[in-house]
Amino acid sequence: MTAMELVGSLGIVGYGLGAIGPGIGVGLIFASVIQGTARQPEARGAMMGTAWIGFAVTEALAIIGIALAFVFGFTGQA
Amino acid sequence: MSLVPLEFEPPGVESFDLPPLYEGAPEWLDKYLLMAVLSVIVILAFWLIMARKNAMVPSKGQFIGETAYFFIRNSIARDMIGHDFRRYLPFLIAIFSFVLLNNLWGVFPFLLLPTPAHVGWPYGLALLVWLLYNGVGIAKHGPFGYLKHATLPSGVPWFMWPIIIPLEFFSNIIVRPITLSLRLFANMFAGHLLVLVFVLGGEYLLLESASIVNKLAGVVAWICSMAIFGLEIFVQSLQAFIFTVLTANYISSAAAEDH
Repeated sequence: MTAMELVGSLGIVGYGLGAIGPGIGVGLIFASVIQGTARQPEARGAMMGTAWIGFAVTEALAIIGIALAFVFGFTGQA
Repeated sequence: MSLVPLEFEPPGVESFDLPPLYEGAPEWLDKYLLMAVLSVIVILAFWLIMARKNAMVPSKGQFIGETAYFFIRNSIARDMIGHDFRRYLPFLIAIFSFVLLNNLWGVFPFLLLPTPAHVGWPYGLALLVWLLYNGVGIAKHGPFGYLKHATLPSGVPWFMWPIIIPLEFFSNIIVRPITLSLRLFANMFAGHLLVLVFVLGGEYLLLESASIVNKLAGVVAWICSMAIFGLEIFVQSLQAFIFTVLTANYISSAAAEDH
């Protein structure tokens, strides 16, 4: 019995796996922002500024994943 | 039921390879270069006009320029670099203006392409930032002092040095420009690709496919592409801000005094 032939883009599978980490990371960042705002509403401004910086740095990994999935994900296909 | 291949060609990496501007132009003269030169002219004109008007009660235009200037000066340069931030403030304002305007070309009519979607532009900017923060560190601490400062945090016991030094060297001096450039490039690339999928997909569904369900889906795709444009404006502004903030952070960590 021969193995089944799978076609598709391995890059997109790789991106899907790679987006797990940044998804959890961004959730953690904004969870802590929400908790900190609940404890001390006056600190909201400073916290939101740091939150956006942390969001962009964490999101970078997921975005690099989707970009490289397009660039490298079709090697080995016709 | 066999799957029929679409006549629709989904946008991919090849949508970003642009031909030269006119017939017979040299190969490097494409739309990206035109947009970058245009952005430099606009930025120079904007900041020169801002530098000239000096009314005590500011008009609307002066207020916008002053807000932008003080935003970068106070919350980015002064808070992150410290007391000698004035030396680096012109560079930070130039980087912020250049990246912001080139990102915003992605939603600007007639152009509709962010310049950093071609990977060479973020590479160049990241190379400039890399040279600057390493140069600042070497000028302040000397070459070996800077390497020691960058790769060896204080208080590390001697047996951890073979682990810490290569790791910190790799992280501070090699990975930083790579992630700086790739973050900007990938955000602009993926965002523009998203816009292309919505607009081109909507156009194919609306104009070139047969059934009425597809045509309705095409209309919805076009309406959603407006929302995607709004998301793109947000992401582009955020990425310009992040680039500037990270540049200021790298400069401050290279120029930091040892306690």
